[in-house]
Amino acid sequence: MFDWISDNRASIALVIIIGLAVVFVFSIFVGVKQTGLRAKDEVFGDPERTKGGWYWALCGVSALLLVWFYYSWGAARAVFPTAANELCQVAKVEEAMSPISAALPVGSRYLKSTTLVVRNAAQVDKLAVSMPAEVFTLREQAKLTLAVAQIKDLLAVLSSPALSDPAAKSAFLAVEVSLRDVAKRLQADYRELQPQKEALQQPKWGTSEVEIPLLPVTGKGVLLDSVTQDVQEVAKAFLKVRNISPQAKQLIADTKEILKELKTPDPLMQLDEAGEGTRNAYVKAVDRIFKRIDDGTIFPAQAMDGVHFAVNEVFASLAVAKGGLSVVESLFFPGHGVVKSRTQCTEQGSGRWLPKPTDVIATFSTLANPDLESGGGYKGTTLLWWKWLPIADVVAFLMPDGLVDMLPGSYGTHGDSGEFKPNYKDRLLAFAQGDVNLGSVPMLDGHIWDSLFRVLVAMGFGILVGVPLGIYMGVSRFFKSFFDPLIELYRPVPPLAWAPLILTIFGIQDDGKIFLLFMVAFAIMVISARTGASGTQLSKIRASHSLGATNGQILRHVILPNAMPEILTGIRIAIGVCWGTLVAAEMLAGTTGIGFIENVARTVSDYELIWVTILIMGLLGLLFDLVMRWAIAKIIPWRGKG
Amino acid sequence: MSDLYCKDLCMTFADPMSGSKVEALKDIQFNLKEGEILTVLGPSGCGKTTLLNMIAGFITPTSGTLSLGGVDIQAPGAERGMVFQQGALFEWLTVARNVDFGLRMKGMGEEESRELVNFWLDTVGLQGFGETPTYQLSGGMQQRVALARCLVNDPDLILMDEPLGALDALTREKMQSLILELWKKTGKTIIVITHSVEEALLLGERLFVMAPRPGRIHREYNLPFAEMGLKRSLREIKQEKKFSTIREEILTMIWDMEEEIMGGV
Repeated sequence: MFDWISDNRASIALVIIIGLAVVFVFSIFVGVKQTGLRAKDEVFGDPERTKGGWYWALCGVSALLLVWFYYSWGAARAVFPTAANELCQVAKVEEAMSPISAALPVGSRYLKSTTLVVRNAAQVDKLAVSMPAEVFTLREQAKLTLAVAQIKDLLAVLSSPALSDPAAKSAFLAVEVSLRDVAKRLQADYRELQPQKEALQQPKWGTSEVEIPLLPVTGKGVLLDSVTQDVQEVAKAFLKVRNISPQAKQLIADTKEILKELKTPDPLMQLDEAGEGTRNAYVKAVDRIFKRIDDGTIFPAQAMDGVHFAVNEVFASLAVAKGGLSVVESLFFPGHGVVKSRTQCTEQGSGRWLPKPTDVIATFSTLANPDLESGGGYKGTTLLWWKWLPIADVVAFLMPDGLVDMLPGSYGTHGDSGEFKPNYKDRLLAFAQGDVNLGSVPMLDGHIWDSLFRVLVAMGFGILVGVPLGIYMGVSRFFKSFFDPLIELYRPVPPLAWAPLILTIFGIQDDGKIFLLFMVAFAIMVISARTGASGTQLSKIRASHSLGATNGQILRHVILPNAMPEILTGIRIAIGVCWGTLVAAEMLAGTTGIGFIENVARTVSDYELIWVTILIMGLLGLLFDLVMRWAIAKIIPWRGKG
Repeated sequence: MSDLYCKDLCMTFADPMSGSKVEALKDIQFNLKEGEILTVLGPSGCGKTTLLNMIAGFITPTSGTLSLGGVDIQAPGAERGMVFQQGALFEWLTVARNVDFGLRMKGMGEEESRELVNFWLDTVGLQGFGETPTYQLSGGMQQRVALARCLVNDPDLILMDEPLGALDALTREKMQSLILELWKKTGKTIIVITHSVEEALLLGERLFVMAPRPGRIHREYNLPFAEMGLKRSLREIKQEKKFSTIREEILTMIWDMEEEIMGGV
């Protein structure tokens, strides 16, 4: 079932896209009609005009999803399931052509030869004027000057049409002919061509790790694929062409000889270590430039004219061969198209970093699958599931070992015959360390639960400690003045600035993150409880005094309920901030949690996973907020009505 | 006998920063017998509320004696109930929980207090509203809750700080009748602070007109209108010749004081 859905995601997407388009058009229709009906009832600026409007909400959501489908190439895949495969074949031809086009001003501004001549000439000139004369004998200086002059001569010889190698000329002619042949072959009839069996068995576009199937699955693709092999041959031949005429050969041999002689310093010079270094570096620099041009890959500007024409012909022919595919590419493949690199074809641009909606759901299903053995979960942890939690672990978490150390008596020692009998302290220590069997309870488990757990525990401690302190700060001069500087000193520091320190102290396990989040929650809870407490109307306090309430009773029955709206708003804010901080903290360190997944996904550029984690975080954040809004409406219906 | 005894009462507010001193009240001296109803009138800034807060025990006088039933007033207590201008109700509680607040603080259980609460809710005209949240009540009803909350505690003295100040004219008149009715029924000693001359005349068996700078009792009246109000409609009383004469006299008095303040600035 799951595999079937996975394999047919393109067709499913098509159904969804059609549905979305229908909803989009329908909602606009309803919206325009409603706008016409209501326009007369309300003046501009009347807040009533913002009420309702579910049709515009539908319109917005469907538009957003349609844009997502479009830019992620989800629409392209749904409507033209084989287009990417064909574009991959086109990309193969282009890749095969690239050694030839790289030498020509195709896709770049200058001939490769022009670039080489200009750059090397400039560097040689620069070296010639900066010769460190003090480290060379006069003879050596003369030799160097000669070498530099010969390098410049060589550049001139290689650039001269009259002095260039006739063999190169004929080789280019052969390349040109082959390319024209390729151009012709691209126009061949492909309707009869059949894809290989192997090609048809490839996983479909986007259903496996390999994004786009490599082998051609259409007749057009088969043709392009076979042409690719021809082009590769031509390119190989092209790369072998060298421009080494007899004059060039002579110059190369002479210069090589001079540079070889210069390698060892003249013993007359008696150079120190630094001087020798300068000298060798200079000779090496000259040698490096020479080596760049001595292979004869510089040709006269006109040498490749014929090849250039033929290349243009090939690309024109390729465009014709693409035919309707060009239209599909420009309309449905926004971004940088399909690119073939060494072993695979990949989507570039938005098709790459914006995963298709259906793929996101597929990735989420894999992640949500609790069966780790069949590839579910992530890095050995489920997304959200349950497990048996030993009660002893909980006891160990709550009971510090040091508590046992403080008890009277000492730990047991081994007996005379090497046996060990644990005394009461040893047994208690086993409790504190979780080394006992107390049975197990079912407990939630997984990355989402780990993240939730950290936030909830930190919030719990934050509320338990922060609210009482905040309330006392709201009513007592001592508490306010004593604690205010402490809290105001650490609170303005962005929580993430604390993270490296706290994670170093507490380690990368839960304690560090919980403590970090506790700091965040604590400050917010203190401040909100304090604001709530100090905002109690004086008349209410006085009324309760006159009704005979004691200070403690006033705190419990008047000030606390009065601060409840602020406290709950504080909790709402604190959960939001904790959630944001947690994800970032999990990215810094840890082995579980939503932030951890995203961080690993980032390092391997798994865009689908990154988006899935973003969506999970967004949905959980929304869930927190909805729960808090519901709680606020339930717990304090009197809010703002005092 | 729980009379209110007040002798040589002075209150000076000192600004701790600038050291400047303001004499809010000077040499206030009066006695209030049990069961009397007193209204206090005066221009703003004459120390009416300060006087009330001192009697309630919220602030301590700089000098002088203040005692209720022979006991010095040191701190707020349940024997001196207070009604504020704006109910000062606990909006997170229902009407009944507001009313029984004092009883609960004393440790009385809900069962025991229920009868008392219902009695007082009936008395102030709020039968059947026990489970309503207070924020759903109108201003007049909220003041009724505040009265019930105060009375359920059975205080010796009831202090009212402009209790009807925020109400509309009609509701106000009804509430004035209610206060007189409660006074008659319970025989409590009541002090009402008000801005309204008519209200002061209608409710006060005794009436103090206070003057500012320093705050002092400028003139005292003994009036028959409160007794009359128990039998006749308040509107009729307002038509009385004597009523309008005193009203004009007091209005002129306060008008002159306000003029003096404005002129002094």
